[in-house]
Amino acid sequence: MKKRRKNTMLRVGLILTGLLAALILLGCFWTPYDPEAMDAAAKFLPPCLAHPMGTDSFGRDIFSRVLKGAGTTFGIALSTVAMGGALGILIGAVTGYFGGVVDDILMRLGDVITAFPSILLALVVISLMGPGKKSNVVLALGLVFIPSFARVTRTAYASLRDVNYVQSARLMGASHSRILWLHILPNTRQVLLPALTIGFNNAALAEASMSYLCIGVTPPDASLGYMLSEAQGVFQRAPWYALSTGLTLVSIIFGVGLIGQGLQREKGGEV
Amino acid sequence: MKKRIWALLLTALVLSAVLGGCADGSGDDGAQSTTPTRAETNEIVVGLMNDLDDSLDPHLTVKAGTREVMFNVFEGLVKPTPEGELIPALAEKYTLSDDQRTYTFTLRQGVKFHNGQEMTAEDVVWSLRRCAGEGQDAPLVEAFAAIDAVEQVDASTVTVTLKEPNGEFLAYLTTAILPADYTGQDTDPVGTGPFRFVSRSAQDAIVLEKFDDYWGTPAYLDKVTFKINENADSLMMALQSGAIDLCNHLPTANAAQIGEDFYIEEGAMSLVQALYLNNAQAPFDNVLVRQALCYATDRQEILDLAFDGYGTLVGSSMYPTLSKYFDETLTDTYSYDPEKARELLAQAGYPDGFSMTITVPSNYPQHVDTAEVLAQQYKAVGITVEILPVEWNVWVEDAYTGRNFQSTVVGVDASAMTARAMLERFVSTAGDNFINYQNSDYDTLFAQAQAASDEATQVQLYKDLQRNLAENAANVYIQAPADLVAVRKGLEGVVFYPIYVLDLSTVRYTG
Repeated sequence: MKKRRKNTMLRVGLILTGLLAALILLGCFWTPYDPEAMDAAAKFLPPCLAHPMGTDSFGRDIFSRVLKGAGTTFGIALSTVAMGGALGILIGAVTGYFGGVVDDILMRLGDVITAFPSILLALVVISLMGPGKKSNVVLALGLVFIPSFARVTRTAYASLRDVNYVQSARLMGASHSRILWLHILPNTRQVLLPALTIGFNNAALAEASMSYLCIGVTPPDASLGYMLSEAQGVFQRAPWYALSTGLTLVSIIFGVGLIGQGLQREKGGEV
Repeated sequence: MKKRIWALLLTALVLSAVLGGCADGSGDDGAQSTTPTRAETNEIVVGLMNDLDDSLDPHLTVKAGTREVMFNVFEGLVKPTPEGELIPALAEKYTLSDDQRTYTFTLRQGVKFHNGQEMTAEDVVWSLRRCAGEGQDAPLVEAFAAIDAVEQVDASTVTVTLKEPNGEFLAYLTTAILPADYTGQDTDPVGTGPFRFVSRSAQDAIVLEKFDDYWGTPAYLDKVTFKINENADSLMMALQSGAIDLCNHLPTANAAQIGEDFYIEEGAMSLVQALYLNNAQAPFDNVLVRQALCYATDRQEILDLAFDGYGTLVGSSMYPTLSKYFDETLTDTYSYDPEKARELLAQAGYPDGFSMTITVPSNYPQHVDTAEVLAQQYKAVGITVEILPVEWNVWVEDAYTGRNFQSTVVGVDASAMTARAMLERFVSTAGDNFINYQNSDYDTLFAQAQAASDEATQVQLYKDLQRNLAENAANVYIQAPADLVAVRKGLEGVVFYPIYVLDLSTVRYTG
């Protein structure tokens, strides 16, 4: 009984995310219309067969733009997690395993970063590096996300550094890096994997918020956040615009969130 | 666990609602209770899309948005009418000498400044001399360089002598008259207009109150609050929630969903919207490239896509409401012809197109939208456009003042009701020649226009200047936008001027 339940969660999450990822992948190569092609004759068309999500103020096909925009958001979130995750895990592992002064300094530094609201911090980074580039958005968000990953990883490593199998490895003369990455890392996955999925969701939302505030992806590039801010201005005239964009964002977050929770259940029940 | 799924779903839904839907919801609180109050106290709140963050001293103001508001506070010797005429204001009457060089102004008696002081001939002389550059390197009002001398004849007579006859000079005497010994103009301006300045809080509001000792037809309203909302969407929300009674320069997309409580007054904006090109920067230093851009631009499509079809196409730096000077034959200098554009690009050495940036002030959605349409249209001729939305302040500092941009979509207005005010900025040496237009023919024509003795010749010269700009494709001229003003039902009296101002002295509650 218990086993089936946790599988459902993971499975639904995987199916939902897989479907969306497939659609996004499709959007990279093919969209029903050019997502940037404008058509004055097709302004604000409500959803119909030709345009399943309707059209926006420029007569652009919203479905095509959602495919492209979801791709942008998805890609940025993934890169952010990759960057923040890699650096965060590296820092967390080293500090958690060795401890000492370096640990203190790095963790306090992390505290300083976490003290600022993440969007605000990303805003500062963007304004320093110049707006309008996706790579800058990734860099800004990645930087902001490092401390949270570092902290989770550090806790896991700190609790595992003196357990028996680690001590025996050490006695057998295994190098520190072997212990760090081959012995301990695999055993932190039940903490790290959910953390990564949560991080992904936060990054997706952060990108959306930044583009919504017009400091992330700039037009004419599509991104879910920027599209939402466009949709807000015409909400009464074209409610389908906000709905289809918003629901897509929600589905991405929901799917990945389910995977995260499912993974948490997979090993060790409630964490 | 089930609980958690629901919690997650709920959070996600709330988030999407917050991101997407708040335009609609945050509405009605306060509308019912405050609206009658404002009608009772005879005051209104006007929505403003840009802060008045340059100097409030009318002689130093550079931004059109600031002049637009302060029009209610300041007056000159003459003032414009909605029809585009000049009528005596602080001067009761004036005469022009036979050699067309000396204006003699008889000052209106009993005119009070907002600080209670009476306006004297000394104030007038001081104000005009200050604008003419007395004690400074350059005149504050460029056209005042034409002044030879400003003299006080007696307590109520002032003469202005010009170096040469100049038919347009009178239009510049709309320049504000200020009290001579007052030093606080920068932040706490004092003028003679129907409204007096009460306060300004940065990024928030500007408050004007009716000036009881006004010499002319008094304002109807007792108090006007300009509420600043640099984001067009939140401006819309404020409008719909009842926090704002009147709002001009409304984006057409917003005008369409304005709601029951408002009606729309449509006029023409006194400005020229264009893709302004930095003529000093490659590749726009090449006239062929600039012309190619003009051919690649489908202006009607811009109106249809970004302005719901509103607006009047223009072909040079002149808007139709200045009808005396507007040359409508220039409107079709370049028809939409991407084939021709590609040919010109190939001739200019860009057979495969190039990449360019469009800097655009992000608080003006209509300019951002236009940039988006342009980006799409230019793709067809191989030009890749990157749009750089910037804050209004950054735009003014970097792009306009610093001339650090490649191209920008914006509207340019006239500071006075003359052709000169529109065309002077393209003279090679002009301080506000932000597009770095360098054309010796233009400079010569402009000098001739200034020297022209009879009006017909001068008008013709000004038309030649427009033709010069159009044929050299100084900029990609688009349109004179429609000015849509949302007015709360129960208010009336909005009038449009052929310059960029918002006159509130005529606005009143009906009944």
